[in-house]
Amino acid sequence: MTSPTVGLGARLIGQNVSKLGFRGVVTSASSGNAQVKQEKTTFGNLKDSDRIFTNLYGRHDYRLKGAESRGDWYKTKDIILKGSEWILGELKTSGLRGRGGAGFPSGMKWGFMNKPFDGRPKYLVVNADEGEPGTCKDREIMRHDPHKLIEGCLIGGVAMGARAAYIYIRGEFYNEACILQEAVNEAYKAGYLGKDCLGTGYNFDVFVVRGAGAYICGEETALIESIEGKQGKPRLKPPFPADIGLFGCPTTVTNVETVAVAPTICRRGGEWFAGFGRERNRGTKLFCISGQVNNPCTVEEEMSIPLKDLIERHCGGVIGGWDNLLAIIPGGSSVPLMPKNVCDTVLMDFDALVAAQSGLGTAAVIVMNKQTDIVKCIARLSLFYKHESCGQCTPCREGCNWLNKMMWRFVDGKAKSSEIDMMWELSKQIEGHTICALGDAAAWPVQGLIRHFRPELERRMAEFHKQVLAEQGNKQIQQ
Amino acid sequence: MQRIVRGVATKAQQQRQLSAAANAPKKVEVFIDGKKILVDPGMTILQACALVGVDIPRFCYHDRLSIAGNCRMCLVEVEKSVKPVASCAMPVMNGMKVKTNSDFVRKAREGVMEFMLNNHPLDCPICDQGGECDLQDQAVAFGSDRGRLQSRLDGKRAVEDKDIGPLVKTVMTRCIQCTRCVRFANEVAAFPDFGTTGRGQDLQIGTYVEKFFASEMSGNIIDICPVGALTSKQYAFVARPWETRKTESVDVLDATGSNIVLTHRTGELLRVIPKINDDINEEWIGDQSRFAVDGLKVQRLLTPMIRGADGQLKPASWEEALFTVAAKLRETSAEQKAAVVGGLNDVESLVALKDLFNRFNSENVMTEEEFPETSGGSDIRANYIFNDGIANVENADAILLVGTNPRFEAPTLNARIRKSFLYSDVQIGVIGSESELNYDYDYLGASAKAIDDVLSGKGEFAKTFANAKQPLIIVGAQALKGEAGAAILGKLQQLADKLSAGKNVQVLNVLQRWAGQTGALDVGYKAGTAALRKTPVKFLYLLGADEGKVNKSNLDPQAFIVYQGHHGDAGAQIADVIFPGAAYTEKDGTYVNTEGRSQRGYPAVSPPGEARVDWKIIRAVSEVAGKSLPYNDLKEIRQRLNEIAPHLARYRDIEPSPFIKQALQLAQTSGSIDVDVSPALRELADYYQTNVISRNSRSMAQAKKAALENKENPYAEAPIHARL
Repeated sequence: MTSPTVGLGARLIGQNVSKLGFRGVVTSASSGNAQVKQEKTTFGNLKDSDRIFTNLYGRHDYRLKGAESRGDWYKTKDIILKGSEWILGELKTSGLRGRGGAGFPSGMKWGFMNKPFDGRPKYLVVNADEGEPGTCKDREIMRHDPHKLIEGCLIGGVAMGARAAYIYIRGEFYNEACILQEAVNEAYKAGYLGKDCLGTGYNFDVFVVRGAGAYICGEETALIESIEGKQGKPRLKPPFPADIGLFGCPTTVTNVETVAVAPTICRRGGEWFAGFGRERNRGTKLFCISGQVNNPCTVEEEMSIPLKDLIERHCGGVIGGWDNLLAIIPGGSSVPLMPKNVCDTVLMDFDALVAAQSGLGTAAVIVMNKQTDIVKCIARLSLFYKHESCGQCTPCREGCNWLNKMMWRFVDGKAKSSEIDMMWELSKQIEGHTICALGDAAAWPVQGLIRHFRPELERRMAEFHKQVLAEQGNKQIQQ
Repeated sequence: MQRIVRGVATKAQQQRQLSAAANAPKKVEVFIDGKKILVDPGMTILQACALVGVDIPRFCYHDRLSIAGNCRMCLVEVEKSVKPVASCAMPVMNGMKVKTNSDFVRKAREGVMEFMLNNHPLDCPICDQGGECDLQDQAVAFGSDRGRLQSRLDGKRAVEDKDIGPLVKTVMTRCIQCTRCVRFANEVAAFPDFGTTGRGQDLQIGTYVEKFFASEMSGNIIDICPVGALTSKQYAFVARPWETRKTESVDVLDATGSNIVLTHRTGELLRVIPKINDDINEEWIGDQSRFAVDGLKVQRLLTPMIRGADGQLKPASWEEALFTVAAKLRETSAEQKAAVVGGLNDVESLVALKDLFNRFNSENVMTEEEFPETSGGSDIRANYIFNDGIANVENADAILLVGTNPRFEAPTLNARIRKSFLYSDVQIGVIGSESELNYDYDYLGASAKAIDDVLSGKGEFAKTFANAKQPLIIVGAQALKGEAGAAILGKLQQLADKLSAGKNVQVLNVLQRWAGQTGALDVGYKAGTAALRKTPVKFLYLLGADEGKVNKSNLDPQAFIVYQGHHGDAGAQIADVIFPGAAYTEKDGTYVNTEGRSQRGYPAVSPPGEARVDWKIIRAVSEVAGKSLPYNDLKEIRQRLNEIAPHLARYRDIEPSPFIKQALQLAQTSGSIDVDVSPALRELADYYQTNVISRNSRSMAQAKKAALENKENPYAEAPIHARL
């Protein structure tokens, strides 16, 4: 892993600013509570009263009335009237880091937009193109708690002085798009959006834009291109969207979850949010656990919860018991997998997972037990990335295809063991050489496999060659 | 690139430079391989590297196209950046330390190159790009010394070839998806149908629905393609670059005088490619300039011919032909002689012919192309040249096109209008026909009457034009003929005078249609053949006059016609004696382009058969006729050129024509101008065959056919001004 701070998956924020980000978080956290309060040492077991997403499972009404009964839109007007500075301050205090994968501090990112008005409107773009395999958190928010997102758009919009928000929702989310649109219409009707929203004098619009089913459109600049009606191909950075984004105007692209938690943070205070998780990894987070567990689910939990705890408590454990665990991909398909010995102790937060040579990504935990064909799993991911590469730049276009072809040969062991090193090199040739992070995302699962399961690959190859030799021997005997 | 422009253009430039220097942003300091250099902010790393002579490998980057940054070949190491940086797209920053030759960079390039070759067919032995292929060269220079491609196991991608017309051949399997052609098509050629379809490995370049690459500049995608995916159909399997010799020359198929390189082998002309000249053609040329050269191999006049008693033209010896003509020349009285020249002639032959006629006391030399004779006419040079210079078209903020379609009359000049249309707020008005231009314009009507409206400030466009900082009028030479032409010119001069007050522009620019026309007018030819109709002549000397402006009915029934030229076309048909001349690729010649810039063309091959260089033929006639012209070689005739007009021998320079005010004083500003000034070339199919060379070109005929068929194609896009 060359760049531990680099975000993962298709929803990435620019990497070159990450250093700044850390500094920002450290200052806000240390000035906030580090000296005053004893740091927590155990994490997890979030109380129901501390949950932000109270209708995650759709047991209640998603409409405006239901949402208001759960506390949404409560005192939103007051929050807006407190102004941009105050909202950004709360977000900085809360230590919220972007929930889309890269984990860039949100308070700082939204603050980038607070530049003097230069005649161009500013836009907030919400990335609801949740395409990362294994991830299903934004979908739950949009179909069961759409008003949290819409309120978040308004508050985020106020914080960055945006004129409008575009929610780019993945084309496959048909029902979610309908519900979201319905919720937007309700908000307009209630006077919460549009001209003079909530009587604050602030004009703000929310548009729902549907994508057409391309994973790459979750990359922020590709998403902007897609909204503009062009082919969803990532743009070159610089210029960054904060300078030249949607329709050439300053734009911030954020994940659904980041936006949706903002109102609650503002209502309950940044300090409250910062009370969860380790330093620099504050707050609560939606975890989506899938794969070989007894009860796959999406659950809101405290950051820094131990991975084992998360799976045992909420998912009924790994199928066949914890000892039957083979490996876990902790943050959606684009982060490297971790073998069981790492999973035993690792905490689910940005820094701990980076230290374990993986990443939190979108917190989509994919569990694989010992009955899984691990090589085939990774080969399937390579196929996915090959299919989703936009084809714009050379290393990704050619490299993803190459990796895919090799991986499927590896599944059968139809290769020489020297090719494992070659594949490692190829993945390094892709990583970091592309316009966007899809190349990295395609390279990392393969790197994770080679790092932890090289003996398995070699075993398959040896077996295959033995079989071939045996067949040749049989033929000779027959002749 | 050295800019050698004197006079007005230079003043304008100096002004610009001065004003730029006054508020020039501070230069930033960049270190390239440890070498310190100061560059303008906003420059890319790649451009900064070029300044210190470090050549960065690239495929997708092209100077004159937008930046795509997708080939990743130009990766360099920038200190404090974890990842390698695409130098073509990254702007320089102060104190940036760039390494272009470290292990890190070499490894990155090697990796990208390996990926590039992974799906490239490596069919160099049967590829037309072989020997001039960027991929080949860079694979050798920057690729790995060992291959580990696994095509044996995994196969390679194959892509279906696309049919984009009779000019450009596609082998799409070789494509490396650099998208240079796509950007060219969208930006320069304004052919937005060309794009990418599919994703990832299945990304393909093409038009989606197969169709003709409907552009007058389509051939340029052959040059910009870094691999052999787009090659010339005409040149397919003809030669390898190392077998050929290259001669730099000047194109004569339009009046801009685009710079070209003639590729030839063993006395055979093989192809034409553009040569960079930032003042004229940048690095593009029109399809006619590129592909019409196959017309130089057919229908050529190879031996002298004399019309026999039976009315048939029969091959004859040079001696016979010369003596016949000389005899006729001597016995015809001065006022019954005339010479008419066509549009493709070099100044040397024009001077020789005029000198010859002068020796016989005749001033009756004229061009086929017309120009107003009254009110200054061609006596004042500012009346008939492109005063502001081609490069200045880009600086204009309002352009009025009168009776011209630059897209087909001067494609490279039009590319500049298109460029400013894309990147600036230029307003364009058109008087003439609503033809297929590749930019949006205000249509002001077909009649030249509309000039009066612009003059009096009536209408939306007239107001923007009046307020423009750098207005520009481009008037087609075709609109300037006869009485009405003189009036149009006069009105435009008035308009130009009004607009140029206090500005560094002349405003009025005439776009000639013929490469030889400015030169002919410069050395004193009369424009138009009207004089011929007044007094029928008995001896007519046609020098490359093939546009059919003169026919037998205009002449005395007993008239004797000499035709000198390279093609058996309209002129040769009516001739009594034919002298086979040389085409522009076969002779040393001076050409003055529409801006009044004189340029030298060089011979690539020798004239075919018994054909000879034109000025020498005329010199021979003079000797046989007993009035030898006083020049025996090229040097001496060029001295003669220098005597007549020094600018003719000052190559590459623009000679400014300052007497524009005097021209206005002489101008005829009254009279009816209610005439239709629609240009003759209105749609793409009109473009391909406009002169004797392209009329005889097979590939131009095919292109014309394709363009006509494309009109019936239901999937063809409407012209851009109709779309906007």
